Formats: sequence, structure tokens, C-alpha cells
Amino acid sequence: MSINQSGWRPTAPEAKSGNVPASVTGNKALMLEEALIFEIGDARTTGVDFAEGDVAHDMLGDLTRKAPIGLPGLSEPETVRHYTRLSRQNYGIDLGFFPLGSCTMKHNPRLNEKMARLPGFSDVHPLQPVDTVQGALEVIHQLAHWLVTLTGMTSVAMSPKAGAHGELCGILAIRAALEAKGEGARKVILVPESAHGTNPATAAFAGYSVEDIPATAEGRVDTAALKARLGPDVAGVMITNPNTCGLFERDMREISDAVHAAGGFVYCDGANFNAIVGRVRPGDLGIDAMHINLHKTFSTPHGGGGPGSGPVVFSAALTPFAPLPFVEKQGDHFALIEEETAGEHHAGSFGRMVAFHGQMGMFTRALTYILSHGADGLRQVAEDAVLNANYILRSLDDTLDAPFGPSGPCMHEALFSDAGLAEGFSTIDIAKGLIDEGYHPMTMYFPLVVHGAMLVEPTETESKAALDQFIAALRSVAERAKAGDAALKSAPHFAPRSRLDETLAARKPVLVWKDTAPLAQAAE
Amino acid sequence: MRYLPLTPSDRSEMLAVIGAPSIDALFVDVPEAARLDGPIHGLPMHASEMAVERHMTALSRKNIAASDGPFFLGCGAYKHHLPASVDHLIQRGEFLTAYTPYQPEIAQGTLQMLFEFQTQVARLLGTDVANASIYDGSTACWEAIGMARRVTKRGRAILSGGLHPHYVSVAKTMAKFTGDVLETSAPTLTAETDIDALIAAIDDTTSCVVVQYPDILGRIADLRPLADACHAKKALLIAVVTEPVALGAITSPGEMDADIVVGEGQSLGVGLQFGGPYVGLFGCKDKYVRQMPGRLCGETVDADGRRGFVLTLSTREQHIRREKATSNICTNSGLCALAFSIHMTLLGEAGLRRLAGINHAGAVHAARRLAKVPGVELVNTHFFNEFTLKLPTEARPIVRQLADRGILAGVSLGRLYPGQDDLANGLVVAVTETTSAEDVETLAAALEEILA
Repeated sequence: MSINQSGWRPTAPEAKSGNVPASVTGNKALMLEEALIFEIGDARTTGVDFAEGDVAHDMLGDLTRKAPIGLPGLSEPETVRHYTRLSRQNYGIDLGFFPLGSCTMKHNPRLNEKMARLPGFSDVHPLQPVDTVQGALEVIHQLAHWLVTLTGMTSVAMSPKAGAHGELCGILAIRAALEAKGEGARKVILVPESAHGTNPATAAFAGYSVEDIPATAEGRVDTAALKARLGPDVAGVMITNPNTCGLFERDMREISDAVHAAGGFVYCDGANFNAIVGRVRPGDLGIDAMHINLHKTFSTPHGGGGPGSGPVVFSAALTPFAPLPFVEKQGDHFALIEEETAGEHHAGSFGRMVAFHGQMGMFTRALTYILSHGADGLRQVAEDAVLNANYILRSLDDTLDAPFGPSGPCMHEALFSDAGLAEGFSTIDIAKGLIDEGYHPMTMYFPLVVHGAMLVEPTETESKAALDQFIAALRSVAERAKAGDAALKSAPHFAPRSRLDETLAARKPVLVWKDTAPLAQAAE
Repeated sequence: MRYLPLTPSDRSEMLAVIGAPSIDALFVDVPEAARLDGPIHGLPMHASEMAVERHMTALSRKNIAASDGPFFLGCGAYKHHLPASVDHLIQRGEFLTAYTPYQPEIAQGTLQMLFEFQTQVARLLGTDVANASIYDGSTACWEAIGMARRVTKRGRAILSGGLHPHYVSVAKTMAKFTGDVLETSAPTLTAETDIDALIAAIDDTTSCVVVQYPDILGRIADLRPLADACHAKKALLIAVVTEPVALGAITSPGEMDADIVVGEGQSLGVGLQFGGPYVGLFGCKDKYVRQMPGRLCGETVDADGRRGFVLTLSTREQHIRREKATSNICTNSGLCALAFSIHMTLLGEAGLRRLAGINHAGAVHAARRLAKVPGVELVNTHFFNEFTLKLPTEARPIVRQLADRGILAGVSLGRLYPGQDDLANGLVVAVTETTSAEDVETLAAALEEILA
């Protein structure tokens, strides 16, 4: 079936089996097709009633809008239906197991949502006088206390907006510290091969050149290679621990000591902190800076790609260089330390990373989760996350190749490869086969150090029964891939869409909807 | 521990399958010296739902909420009415609890929404394309400056004095590390913006000029002469919009030939939230799309020829390009983008235009009333829903005294520009559809008393 020329309109699917005609609407019972708002909306329609009142344009001068904008509206019932229908074409953790490795998709308690919506948190302006927002500052202060205590670090910058923004925060603090020592000539950041792509991108963005450090055959950083590369040009290293192969970096303390001895700093990607919270303090491993993705360890929902939140904990060495603003307790009062209130001892701060104070709405959710679990519960979180991952690893290593299975227990995630699949079959076929079984697939083709990697992260909020069902499903799909079952190559068959043409999307980008006929006449 | 479903017997059975004698055996790779064996000092144990709710509610009550009384703060974050269905819809679990749509066949809901969002944002900003959102307005502004450097291969950016000072701070922080040279100034308490000075400053080394619209004092100026001057020197014009509702009433920056338009989308759908999470808007001309930061959703077809959507042009992105990426951004602001998009769909063009008109009418009324307070002057000749008053005395202590009377009265420029005496008497007042005539009267009367 071809794409029609007038902007790729929806095309009715062809009937596949002889006796069952395609529906006129394209719908299949509860699986509903949904047009774009630009195809069903109208510029004259609005789903909002405004109070009677003046509408004026008298002090806008020559800039008063004349041309239409081109924004369709829907009534309230149409809006509710449109987005409800769209939601049904999505997989979320509320719907089922979501084993994305390195991404930690765990249950999102609704108490968190309820607390974040208390008007005292949700309806407060960032520039209100500080004594009208003491409760909000206290939330930040309490969360900061937990993060510093759990990590065994000295201070925490709360303002970074996401994990990658936190990485930038950590690297900028390292650079500021080096420059303060007159060591600004250090221009290299070492990054292990298995790092998230954000790590090298971050280092480059902060003005560093990036050099890879290889992994050993057992899936850990090659400590000898790393030590050999240290020298007067190295600003620091970025290491993920637990790492993206699901393993704990046993030599972390030794690596930290060597980097420090060579005059550099250690950045840890803390994406996987959920595996060690309550059992290991990164501060005890000699780490200087580490971001914590609040959604991963502390269950703030990820919302289809964000928002994130990436507070960064710092060692004593980096604390003077931490960004503004931050919250300080002064007697019974919580002060907001910003540019104008920062005293001499914050003079080394590398500056402000973001307008306002960070992801307050995420802080409220994370603190709610932390208080619900407490110190004892968070330790259990790490234990159950690790137990669940090892259960999956050992339940499937007879069927799927587990390249680092012999390296010892995994931490939060189990890593498999596509070795042993039939000729022409790869990880993507297993992933798409899992969709037909009702699961969100695991992380595919990452980490890059493993061919056809499949990274499965169960998290602590899955029951044994849920894991057993998933293990059975993955085993079945894997056996089909080993047997060369052709039907797997065209999976998924039962999803809202079959395999999508990503090459076409990139070769001929269509990034906004364009109408061939003008949108219904603009309002007014 | 109500979020953890494993029972003690589950745990034993699972350890048996694994072949490990105990949980501790699974942490064998952690060096002994780094293991924590007891409870962590200084942290309480787990608490019931009721106890946590009580604790958090008590904390929330220590804040004065915007809805507790007359409220006039703006400067990059605005209080607007949120239709109930927006929050209801974003709490549907399939939206709320989904990850980045890496598996497009089962993420069409998020992807179609992002495609619709991109189109809405591009039309609102007046640009050819827009991305699937970015953290917030201030980081979008910084990313735009970085993008201008990549496009022009130049590193001298000229920032208007009317740009939000926090946005300037963020840009300065980043420039220290990337080597960009930023030229900045502070605003002056006058009705005129610095467009002429910006035009005069453009030269052959300029990567971009960054101008806020409406600016930090609420002033609006025609950007066309500035766009022409930029293009004559092959520099880019970057426009920053912190109040997107304004674009329902005034000509968009894209229509005035800005090359990159970024914005803060908080006004639509998101709410104040003490500063975050917000939603960064990012649009540009077609020819620069491959230098854009962030996620992009594109249209395609599936194997059966049906329309579908995927994340695309990912060769710009960190997970493919690593150190050569256009940005290190991974997360966007997906759920806030959804809220923005739903609110925009409910409004439609007719609703947005009416909302903008109501905002402006309220602001005009308030500006006229407040300018009648003895000693108070209105700085702006043109504004949308936010304007600046010049008080006869420093504004910051006045704001403090008004807060004691339950009135949250705008942002004093003394807070935003500490140490700049010429700005200390400035008070930036925002008025939206949530502001009543009584609120304005309450503020005016209180100001009259305090200044008397």
C-alpha cells in the first residue's frame, strides 16, 4: 500500500484473511484508530468556557496578531476521547511488566501523585518571598538530607533537570575545581565503552575530549588500561556503577584512588543506584560526583520521556564548586541561596544551570516515596531488585546466551546476547515477539560491548508470579528465534501497528502536520 | 512495605533457583569495606500511607499558595486556570507510567501526541518545525545559543538586556565552559527596548542575537528590523518567549523571521510547581533541523502501509553520536508536553485568542489603576499581560510588606538584579484570567496605604 501524496493520510488496512472484511472505520472493536487533532479539530471550536469579560488589544501597538495561527480546537468530550484513545495505544508500567534495562521502570505509587498536587506544592511561584515558601524549601532540604545520607557524600545540587543535566553539573564542578587549582590544562575525560551515550556527549559539551576505556572479557572496566592512561592531561573519569552490564565495578575504590593520585576526579553515573541503595554508599567508593535519576531509584513517573530530575551528590573536594541555587537551613529558617545571597564561601560555585530551583514536583514525589519506604524499606528495595534480576538471569541462561553469567551475580539487570539464534534472527525479533506476548521489550543492542545485547531490568516491584510468566514468555520467544520461526520476523502482529519504517522517517522527515487544504477558517 | 510484592518464601525459593545461600551472597562483588550492614544513621524507618500523607500535608501548609489570595507574580512563570480534564488525562497510567517511546509499535499514543505537540508549537512560535520538548525555557535558550554556534561556526552571542536574568545566568555558566563569548547588559526602566543597540552591536563574528518577547519588563517590540540586521551579517536571531499565551494576541517571532524560537511552555497545562518541572519549547527554520537538540517525532508507515510515528533523526543524538551529538539531552519533558498539548487542544485557536484577549484586558485595567497610586509610574507603553511599575521607593521591602497582608504582589527587580540600584524601584506585575478586579483593587489600596 502506498503513501498518498497529500501528506501521508491514514490509509485503510487491507483485509488479510479471506473471510473477514476490514472495518469501514479502520477500527477493530476496542482497538480504535485515532485521527490527528488537525484532521478532526476546527479553529472555531473550543472546549473551554470563559467568564464574561472584556477582551482588549489596546496596548499591543502594531504587533496585534493579524494572521491566523492554525490551531485546531476540540470540545471537551472530543478532547477526552482523543487522548483516552491515544493512551490505549501506549504501554506503561501500570499495564504490565516493563523490563527496560538501565531505565528502571518500577511501580509509580499514586500517593506520590496526590502529594505533588497539594496546592501548597503545586500552586506556588518560584519567585515568591522565601518566607511564604518555607514548606517547599523544607521538602528540598529533607530530600537533600536523604540523598546525602544514603550516598555518604558531602552535599547535593538539587537543580539539575534530568540525569544528563546532572552529568553536566558534575563535569562542570570538576572543571571548576581543576581551574581553581590552576589545572585547567587537563582536557581529557576517560569514559568506559559500556557508558551511556550521554556520558561522552556531556564531557564533549563541557569542553573535554573523550577517550574510551575498554571493558574486560568479564564485563567490567579494564582497570589496568584505565590506570595506564592516567596522567597530567586527564581531568577525570566517568564510570557507571553498577555498570550497564549489570555488574558491580569491584575495583571502584582502587580506580578512584588511582585517579585521585593522578590529580583527576571521579564522576559516577548513578542511574543504577536502585541496586545498591541502603547497602553501599558511593562516598565510600571514592566517588566525587554522582547524579541520581529520581524516577529510577525513587519512583517518579517518567511520563513517556520525562520530566526527569537529576540531583548530583558531591564529595567534600567538589562541594565548594556546586551550582546555585540551593537551600540552607539557618536556625529554624530555610534560606534560598541564590546569586545575590551567596556569601564568600560559595564564591567558587560554577554558577546557575537552570532558571528557578529544579524539579520541585519530582522532589515532592521522591520524598513521599522515600518516607514510605524509610531506610529499612530502601535497603529491601535494593535487595529485591537484585534478587529479581538474578532470578531472571539464572532462569534463562539455559536458553539465552548470558555472556557475563560466569562473572558472578548480576546487580539490578540481567544481560543476554543474540548468540545462538537462527541465521538472520536477532535481538529485535525477540523484542517484537515479546510485544505479541503482551510485554514491553527489554533494552535492545545496549550495552554496545555485547553483540545483540538484551538488557532486562525487572525492578523490585515485580512479584515472583509476574517474573515466572515473563520468563516463560521470553523462553518461548527465544526458542522460536533459535528455531528460525519466520512468523517472528514480522512480529508484532497484535500491536496497534506492525513494524514501522524508521529508515523512511529519517530519509524523508515529516516532523509537523501539513494540510493540503487550509485549516478551517481562523477564529474571529 | 506495601510496594514490595515478594514474600519471604518467594525469596527463599528464588535464592534456591539462583543457587545462592543468601541475599548477601548476591552482593559478593561489593568490597567488604564498602558494605553497609546495619541501619543508616540519621534516617527514619518506613511509614504508613496515612503518616506520610500527614507529614507532607503539614509541609505543604507552610507555603502560601497562589490561589490563597491576590496574586501578581510572573517573570517566567504564570498562574493560569487549568481545565480539570488536562490533569485527569495526563494521569492515565498509559501516559503517566510510560518510558521514552523506543518501541514505536506500542507507543503510538505518546508518539502521535508528540507529533501533534510539535505541530502546535511550530504554529504557535511561527517556525517551520519544533522538537518534542526540552527541560524548560532557560535550558532551551542555552541550547539555542549552542545551536547558533554550530550553524554559524561563530562564538559571539549578543544577549538583550530584556532577557530573563536567570536565562542569562544559565547561558553565562555554559559559556564559561564552551568558550562562547556572551555580551550582556541589564535592562533600563524605560519604555524603549534595546533593539537599536543590539542592531548596532552585530558584526561578522556574531553567532546570534538573543531577545525575549515580551521581555522581562513586559515590553514588546517589533523584531523585524533586528531579524534583517542579523541576516545581513549572517547571524541568527533567537527569540525567547516565556509567556506563550501572549502569542494568541501578538505576532509570533517566527512570523517576524526569527531563525530559532524557544520558549517556556509552563503557562499552558503545567502549573507553577515552585519552578519545575516545566516544558521547554524549541522551534526553528527547516534548514537548521539537523542541528537541533532533543527528541524529534516523525511520521512514517508500518509494514501494512498504515500511518504511524517514530522517534527520528536520532543521528543528532547522544545515544547514537556520543561525543559528536548536538546535545547531551536524553530526557525531554514528555508529560508536560502532553499537558501543554491537551490544554492547547481544549483552547483551540478561538479559545487561545480569547484567553489572550482577556489577559490583556485585565492587565490594561490593572496597569491604569496601579499607575494612579500616588508616586507610582507605569514604565511600559506596550505590554501583553505583564508590565513594570516604578515605585517611589525600593520595591523589595514593599513586596515583603504586601505579603504580610496576604497579597503576593509581583516580582521586585531588586530580587532579580541584586546590587543594581537603578532597577531597585522596579516591580514587575503580571495579570492573568485568574486575577479579578477586586484583586487589583486590593493591591492598589494596599500600595496606597504603604506608600503614603
